[in-house]
Amino acid sequence: MKLSRKFVSDYVSIDVDSKTLAEDMTSIGNEYDSCEKLIPATKLIVGEVIDCYDHPDSDHLHVCKVNIGKEVLQIVCGAPNVRTGLKVIVALDGAELPGGTIHKGMIRGQESNGMICAISELGLEHKFLTPKDIEGIHELPLEAEVGTDPIRFMELDDEVIDFELTSNRGDLLSILGMAYEIGALYDKEVRPMEVSYKEQKESIVGNFTLDIQTENCPLFLAKKVVGVTIKESPTFIKNRLIASGIRPINNVVDISNYVMLETGQPLHYYDADRLGEKLIVRMAKEGETLMTLDSQKRTLSSSDIVIATEKEVVGLAGVMGGLTTEIENDTKNILIESAIFHPTCIRKTSKKVLRSEASSRFEKGLDPRRTYLAIERSCHLLEKYADAKILSGMVEYKNLDISDKKVEISLEKINQVLGISLTKEEVSNILRRLQFPFEEKDAFYTITVPTRRIDVSIKEDIIEEVGRMYGMDRIQGKSMCLPVVPGTINPLRQAKRYLRRKLADLGLNETLSYALTKEEDGFQFTTVRPDSSIEKVKVLDPMSEERTTLRYSLLPSLLSIFEYNKARNLKDVSIFEIGKGFYRDEEGYHEEEKLAVLMTGVYRVGLKKESVDFYVVKGIMEDLLDSLGYRHRYDLVPTAEVKELHPGQSAKILLNNQEIGLIGKVHPSLVKEDIYVMELYLEQLLAFRVKKMQYKEISKYPSILKDVAFVVSKDLSAKEIQAVIKKAGGKLLTDIEVFDVYEGENVGENEKSIAFSLTFQDPSRTLSDEEVMAIFNRIIEEVEKKCKAQVRDK
Amino acid sequence: METQEKKRVIIESLEKDMKEVHSSRECQDLKVKYLGKKGLVTELTANMKDLSNEERKEVGQISNEVKNEVTEKITQLENHWKEEELNQKLEKERLDLSLPSKKFKRGSLHPFQRIIDDVEDFFVSMGYDVIDGPELETDENCFQRLNVPIGHPARDTQDTFYIDAEYLLRTQTSSTQARVMQANTEKTPIRMICPGKVYRRDDDATHSHQFGQVEGLVIDQNISLADLKGTLELFAKKMLGEDTKVRFRPSFFPFTEPSVEVDVTCFKCGGKGCPLCKQTGWIEVLGAGVVHPNVLRMGGYDPEVWTGFAFGTGLDRFAMFRYEIPDIRYLYTNDIRFLEQFDRKDEENEIK
Repeated sequence: MKLSRKFVSDYVSIDVDSKTLAEDMTSIGNEYDSCEKLIPATKLIVGEVIDCYDHPDSDHLHVCKVNIGKEVLQIVCGAPNVRTGLKVIVALDGAELPGGTIHKGMIRGQESNGMICAISELGLEHKFLTPKDIEGIHELPLEAEVGTDPIRFMELDDEVIDFELTSNRGDLLSILGMAYEIGALYDKEVRPMEVSYKEQKESIVGNFTLDIQTENCPLFLAKKVVGVTIKESPTFIKNRLIASGIRPINNVVDISNYVMLETGQPLHYYDADRLGEKLIVRMAKEGETLMTLDSQKRTLSSSDIVIATEKEVVGLAGVMGGLTTEIENDTKNILIESAIFHPTCIRKTSKKVLRSEASSRFEKGLDPRRTYLAIERSCHLLEKYADAKILSGMVEYKNLDISDKKVEISLEKINQVLGISLTKEEVSNILRRLQFPFEEKDAFYTITVPTRRIDVSIKEDIIEEVGRMYGMDRIQGKSMCLPVVPGTINPLRQAKRYLRRKLADLGLNETLSYALTKEEDGFQFTTVRPDSSIEKVKVLDPMSEERTTLRYSLLPSLLSIFEYNKARNLKDVSIFEIGKGFYRDEEGYHEEEKLAVLMTGVYRVGLKKESVDFYVVKGIMEDLLDSLGYRHRYDLVPTAEVKELHPGQSAKILLNNQEIGLIGKVHPSLVKEDIYVMELYLEQLLAFRVKKMQYKEISKYPSILKDVAFVVSKDLSAKEIQAVIKKAGGKLLTDIEVFDVYEGENVGENEKSIAFSLTFQDPSRTLSDEEVMAIFNRIIEEVEKKCKAQVRDK
Repeated sequence: METQEKKRVIIESLEKDMKEVHSSRECQDLKVKYLGKKGLVTELTANMKDLSNEERKEVGQISNEVKNEVTEKITQLENHWKEEELNQKLEKERLDLSLPSKKFKRGSLHPFQRIIDDVEDFFVSMGYDVIDGPELETDENCFQRLNVPIGHPARDTQDTFYIDAEYLLRTQTSSTQARVMQANTEKTPIRMICPGKVYRRDDDATHSHQFGQVEGLVIDQNISLADLKGTLELFAKKMLGEDTKVRFRPSFFPFTEPSVEVDVTCFKCGGKGCPLCKQTGWIEVLGAGVVHPNVLRMGGYDPEVWTGFAFGTGLDRFAMFRYEIPDIRYLYTNDIRFLEQFDRKDEENEIK
């Protein structure tokens, strides 16, 4: 909202400078964006061209003698319309104009001591100017006094504060609302608006009918004026519109905007002769069309409110009028519409069509009293500045309650919520400044909230008003007195924090990426099959193709991070992220915390660098699972199901036979680097309970170690041999460790040698050699038999 | 030969032998030669049984002397060589300590998460519970129960990613307020924060379509704006430094009434005015207020009995402030050279 200081000063006196006003308004909740002079140019003076001749050395420049009162300046001027006898705006040496600073100097050998200005050079936006204002220097009326301030003469000596208002303060989208706010701020009276006019004998009543067919229009007022003269508006109206950001058009259109600015009530003036005797307000029919004022054909939908005659739609209610009934230069008779439309409907329509000064006011809600006031004020100004004759009577449709709201609140409640201790007198004084009529009895207030404050309706609103006026920042911070209770962090969050620290300690960098990804990323790096009942979650209205779908796995994100870094020649990438994966099934939407790891390149530095391989990532996986208490409970099951992973180097991670993650090498068809990834489904994982961490007796008796190497088929996994060993070893075999694997010359082509170190121990006694040898031999026998192995070494 | 004479010969021989010794192992050989079963010293007492008692006594005494002397000499020599050998070994094992170490690359924690950790720790220390809420939220929890009914301007669909008519990506962590109030069926006091990711259709240098927020909610009896201010003063000091001051400005949010915007003194200039704070000395960091009675009512709390405050703030901005990161997008780009910078313990309360 651009507030013209001159405009608001019609209704309230302001004793402070505009900057202070802007700051003080901010402190009561009305933030300002800028505070500037309407014409920021300096050192301007009214001059009279007393001589003007062609520049001897130019085909378009003129040399002018300009009387500025104290002296006569020679100024070189290029404007086509400069001539002797003109009153002009002179920018003196040193003047600051939006285009730069004016310096005296020589122009093609002729001294020039300033500049004769066009209006466009003073800093007014071009949309407010005529071509004449842009092309040539401004011609001041002859009564302009030489040597005086031309800005003041033109009544453009205004200042504009641009407020960024909160969405609840629709009332401040009006000069009157601002006047009440400033009045409350500085304890000043608000002056009444002039609304007097003479009415004709002829009445609108009986000659015009309204047919309101929708609930979305609770108030509609129509009044008719006749015999208007369309002409230019008086200067003050034009200037105030310009200061408020609205382009002046003609006196009638300008008055409708002027009254909207004053009262906050948007108006629409129809050419009454083109409109006919009846207006209908209804919802548009789907597909109906309207040619709006801006000469655009709009196709309407059933959520738009329209104003129509029997034969055509004449306006898009609250947003824009139609072309057929617009005010033209030959318009004589006007029908004034002042109405209230449902804010939500207007918002919907305006979003589709145009956000106008009118729609932005309708959207926030209006004060019905202003709907009446605006029509009165219109008549007053039309009579005064457009020679209008006002017909008596008004056609009125009203389907809303205009009575004041009552709010009851105690002083105690106000003080309790604000945490301060105001006295009765202080609160009463604030209510008086706000011009909220009230009664107070035993520190209990009954407050009548004026209808202009549509945002105030409950106790808490009153508390806020009192707080604002007292000064929110004067409230002193207190130490809350609440019972001492321990704060808690839920177990999932604790686990996530633990895992993040652990992974950082293991040398990985934590990343943060977007949950919205490309649709094709959706089910990459998962075992979800296209025909399963699990679906991707997509947003209805994505910002771009890149961000349409919520990710299911975090691995595609990590892979893009790798690509990003690779493009910058950073090829050692060990990263992880914890975030949510999303999907939908018959039960609805789901989101689950996942931990994803991607590793490639060097992970161990030093003279001999070590690069990541499958076993590094497997080690990290084991480290994480072991540290969470799941030792010996998980297992890798090789899988070729995940098409983004190497079929020979990938596995599902199972815990107690439930899939809790994936691990593997990224498929060489996707990337040429050796990239290893892992993803753990944290919620499934952490749902498994773990044993209490508890001391276990350390065996006092020595353990016996036996090594053995088998030659077996290459395809046989260590796990399969281990299972046989474990079964044959029984209870006394306490540990099995693979310590060597060999393939090559010394074994057959499809064979490998695999060496195990076996630990035997009994917690309650020392084992004898014979005993151990017996078990050991049994193990060897079993492995030879079940795994078709030969002992290579023992 | 007299025993005395034999003694002299042995000692002489030993001294000669000792000169030829160059290692601790050769000392062992000497021990065998002199003190072994068939050693020269042992031989002294070889034919004791043929001697008279007196002779025996004399021989015994002398041979003992020889034995002690020989043992001592050899031991001394052996110790000398052992020490010498150890010194040689140590010298040989001398390392160039300046060569590169063997280690994992140093990992790092993301600045955004570091801020979350700090925020959580602070509020847990004040007795708040840290609550998780879903990112895929219902319109009801994200808007309606926060006093933003259907059609309210504050929920302009331009800013919200809708999934369908009912579900959306939460635009604010405040949605968890509604959940916590409903979930607390006993209607006991609440003190909670909810940090997490939120989403809005908005992307430029200062806005990311995904960003972090933390929401705080306290519901109890007689909670006031002064309590809110006291809490936020402590929070600001913890996050931005001891000298930080807090300023309240009235504002508007649908879910609080009264509502305030909260500014903190600019940590760059300390409040004197600089480009970061646009010469005002203050930076807006937080929105807060007294919980709106409609929100309490919809959460099952009687506004005549209960009051509360709520606040919400952007976590990305705190990360940007603390680590002086100029562009929010850097947080989401994941350049390794960016990530690696956050590889150590945070300084205590350091901000400048």
